[in-house]
Amino acid sequence: MKILVTVKEVAEAEDDFEIDGLDIDDRYLEYDLNEWDEYAIEEAVQIKEDGECDVVSVTIGPERAEETIRMALAKGVDRAIRVWDDDIAATDTLDPATKADVLAAVVAEEDPDLVLTGVQAGDDSFGATGVALAETIGFEWGAVVNALDLDADAGVGNVHRELEGGIEELTEIQLPAVLTIQTGINEPRYASLRGIRQAQSKPLDVSTLSDLGLDAEALESPLRRTAMYEPESESDAVVFEGSPEETAVELADLLRDAGVVEG
Amino acid sequence: MSDVLAVAEHRQGELRDVSFELVTAGRQIADQQGGELHLAVIGGDAETFATELNLDGVSVIHTVDAGEEFNHDVYTQVTEQLFEELQPGTLLLPNSVNGLDYAPAVASRLDVPLVTDAIGIERDGETEVTREMYGSKVETTIEIDSDAVAVSIRPAEWAAAEAAGDADVQAFDADIDESAVGSTVTGFEEVAGGDVDISEAEFLVSIGRGIEEEDNLPLIEDLVEATDATLSSSRPIVDNGWLPKNRQVGQSGKVVTPDVYLAIGISGAVQHVAGMKGSDTIVAINTDPNAPIMDLADYAIVDDLFDVVPQLIDALE
Repeated sequence: MKILVTVKEVAEAEDDFEIDGLDIDDRYLEYDLNEWDEYAIEEAVQIKEDGECDVVSVTIGPERAEETIRMALAKGVDRAIRVWDDDIAATDTLDPATKADVLAAVVAEEDPDLVLTGVQAGDDSFGATGVALAETIGFEWGAVVNALDLDADAGVGNVHRELEGGIEELTEIQLPAVLTIQTGINEPRYASLRGIRQAQSKPLDVSTLSDLGLDAEALESPLRRTAMYEPESESDAVVFEGSPEETAVELADLLRDAGVVEG
Repeated sequence: MSDVLAVAEHRQGELRDVSFELVTAGRQIADQQGGELHLAVIGGDAETFATELNLDGVSVIHTVDAGEEFNHDVYTQVTEQLFEELQPGTLLLPNSVNGLDYAPAVASRLDVPLVTDAIGIERDGETEVTREMYGSKVETTIEIDSDAVAVSIRPAEWAAAEAAGDADVQAFDADIDESAVGSTVTGFEEVAGGDVDISEAEFLVSIGRGIEEEDNLPLIEDLVEATDATLSSSRPIVDNGWLPKNRQVGQSGKVVTPDVYLAIGISGAVQHVAGMKGSDTIVAINTDPNAPIMDLADYAIVDDLFDVVPQLIDALE
């Protein structure tokens, strides 16, 4: 059994930032492993610990992303693939359909039984790559999975999908499948020192589009970002000013006036 | 290509609110291009749903007999066939959990570009979609260079359509390939049960990521005790296992409407806001004056919660 986990390094903006053209100025961005992908990695590693299987991670990202990929390796991923070349670097928008095409080429080479992705990326929040990938490669799928019980012998995954309003859908999904993993499905581990040492010697291969049998045409997208701006604040909140002691007294008075505390 | 096809959403015998919002959004787009709005109701009691959705501005409602509940394989096939039949310029879907489960597959199969989680759509020659990025810190405009587009809309962003209409209701005979249905919904489970019902509380003290560590929970528990409030939280606190699921406010947790909602260290992500915006009075304690929660707050303290909360406990005793 082989599991492919797609991971993405995402940018998070600081509270105070400036926009430079069509993106937030790089000085105000911090890069980290996508939160949802942390749970997807943990899920894959837990499945590996329950039985025999290989866990391979794949990311589309620049050299900088190797830091986060090494963390995945340190947590128990066996091998990593990073897809990148000059054509990808020169592309403004990698839309979900494009990413699905690139990842489909990796799936064709790796032939996994299960693909785990995060529900969405924390930066652009499209939430579409996993299901688009499933359709592209002809796998079954399940989106927003927050419990997974794999029955490899029967060739199914029994999942819970987290619907709105505290309701979960129980679904049986035929393998091979792509599952998009929701936060909270498990408790992602911290990498151990031993794991971090071992990660240094685990394979991390770089593939170009041409290695995958694709060319720059695969990157053409009908989607183009034409503007980015800060939304106008709709806040009309009364802001209590002063030291914590002063603002706390005002808040205490407010709570008494509202009748939700005694006094 | 000026027509719009919107697909309604239902669950466990009821239409979901977003279905009525899709009518409003769909009507807007159809009007911009002088087209018609078609609505699809797939599965469930489609006839009854069609009656409820027979709203002003809807030209045709297509009912499809396709099982009781949502199944992504079935929805993907039916939507694809309706699209091929009607050839609309715009396919409108909900950016709900089930929308996430079939919109990308439909778009991929039809080879139509998809933009998800739209909060604004302009289809006047060019197609421009407004959506957020970086956790609601910025908005972006995405231009789609294609005659036909698929867009999923964020729930609760458009008003629900209400006025009655006189749409044609037509049964659509979809040809469903059962061998391509590789998933089976076996049931539903309610997960937010337990001893506490936060939706009944008059005063909620609610915590978010700003609390930083589980070791800081006792500070908030002291406040809860001093005020006789009920403790609730945003998603990350439950994801971390610091509080049980029945304490979670938001889209996937509970919807609450207390007299006072005190949000401590909660930034106000859209999924959280969906669960608490109906509160009478919202108070936010947050270090970031630009946090989305400030757009909703009636009162705010822009300061470190670890400085304010101990003082608040003192002031109340």
